[in-house]
Amino acid sequence: MKRFLRRFLLLDLLEGLWVTFRHQSPSQIATEQYPSERPAVSERYRGAPRLNVHPETQETLCISCNLCAVACPENLIVVGSVRNPETKRKDLVHFTYDLSRCMFCGLCEDACPVDALELTQDFELASYTREGLIWDRQALEEGPRPTQYRQ
Amino acid sequence: MTGRDGTGLDGNEMVLNMGPQHPSTHGVLRIVLKLDGERVKSTDCIIGYLHRGVEKIAENRTYTQFAPYVDRMDYLAAVSNGLGYCLAVEKLLNAVATPRAQAVRVILTELNRIASHLLWLGTHALDIGAITPLFYTLREREAVLKIFENYCGARLTTHAFRIGGLQYELYEGFEQEVEAFCGQFLPKVDEYEELLSGNRIWRERLRGVGIIDAETCKRYGVTGPVLRAAGVGWDLRKAQPYSGYEQYEFAVPVRTGGDTLDRYFVRLDEMRESVRIIRQAVANIPAGPIMAKVPKVIKPAVGEAYVSIEAPKGELGYFIVSDGSTQPYRLRVRPPSFVNLQALDHMAKGALVADVVAIIGTIDIVLGEVDR
Repeated sequence: MKRFLRRFLLLDLLEGLWVTFRHQSPSQIATEQYPSERPAVSERYRGAPRLNVHPETQETLCISCNLCAVACPENLIVVGSVRNPETKRKDLVHFTYDLSRCMFCGLCEDACPVDALELTQDFELASYTREGLIWDRQALEEGPRPTQYRQ
Repeated sequence: MTGRDGTGLDGNEMVLNMGPQHPSTHGVLRIVLKLDGERVKSTDCIIGYLHRGVEKIAENRTYTQFAPYVDRMDYLAAVSNGLGYCLAVEKLLNAVATPRAQAVRVILTELNRIASHLLWLGTHALDIGAITPLFYTLREREAVLKIFENYCGARLTTHAFRIGGLQYELYEGFEQEVEAFCGQFLPKVDEYEELLSGNRIWRERLRGVGIIDAETCKRYGVTGPVLRAAGVGWDLRKAQPYSGYEQYEFAVPVRTGGDTLDRYFVRLDEMRESVRIIRQAVANIPAGPIMAKVPKVIKPAVGEAYVSIEAPKGELGYFIVSDGSTQPYRLRVRPPSFVNLQALDHMAKGALVADVVAIIGTIDIVLGEVDR
């Protein structure tokens, strides 16, 4: 009899519907309204690479040791340097980073002995061309400049 | 057997191509169905649409460099893949991760098991026609992915573990965040049960569909929840504990029916057991270093190693042959989805076309892993 009533009154469906209605409160919405509401990515987020410069002298921190290029599984980093005869150190000439092949594994960042190369929290990397994804030293030092659309 | 028209079919048979763009094949699986009316007479899986040659890539990368690639096989359980690979290389090196690293690895892989099962539950229910659970499961999965992002900086292709331990120390508030997730997640599992288990449509739709018995499972080499739903309590976490699983108390959920409904119940219970493991592990994470003493350039001695772990989908094995150089001589993956997919033909024989969708969903395949 009880089973018959359950079947007849569709109680099992109503139980499910009750769960659905319990979740109607706006406080439970997890959707992010992306362009107008920017997601807060975590501190350790592995996004766009950046080549750090000294905050005061604006000189690059990179010592051209080439360890990041060796660590990269995709071989997408090219470091160019010349030996400075006065200081006996290598001076960075160019640094290219091919983002179109990057999988953001973070191995280059781990390899860097002076924290010059870093994966940052910037995540908007879209480009209209393939060449636009190959970042040179200037782009790496400045970081991405996504277009901000306003109404 | 050749038919009169030379197509290999008799007069009543029809061939239907399902996939590779069909959404409920969960990726790019193509199945050639031979139908007699609505009944399936045989299925023929055509795979390889997502083949990237991962095993070959491994031969051209150093051991450290290959670690990010394993995340891209079973991309829903990237952390488990990373664990399996790291354990295999550690076995080659005769290294053992530190107790702290082991505890963190257990927490993250169990969280990943929950995330993987949640996505399975949502999409499986969606295939059957219940749309609501997808929204809830993805919302809960979001909490797990947030923990991954906070810990290692990526949500899906995590690259969380390194050979010998971990790269990242735990962040401030990790324990509280995981504990908070466990606390709010358990009632949610009951809620899914309320939505689905009691629902008559759901039960009628799944009961008796895609039955596979224990003997057949063993013959095909099927592992994971599919095997456990057929009545075999085989779980590598219990059978050959790795990464310190022997310290934790948990049950292996087993059902005896071997049908789609039982596989659903097994996975739900597994999520509850995972929460139990996570709670035990979080309560006492040992202090100490996170990285064992492993040389910077990984150059294992000549030899080979096979390590298998219990991934969310079944036994995930890594077999590595080392020739003493910095790159593997050969790396072979034993992916659970690939092996489990073989049983599809057995399960789908005699079923209706609509049941094939339910059966594929319940095997829980990820094509990135099937094709590699």
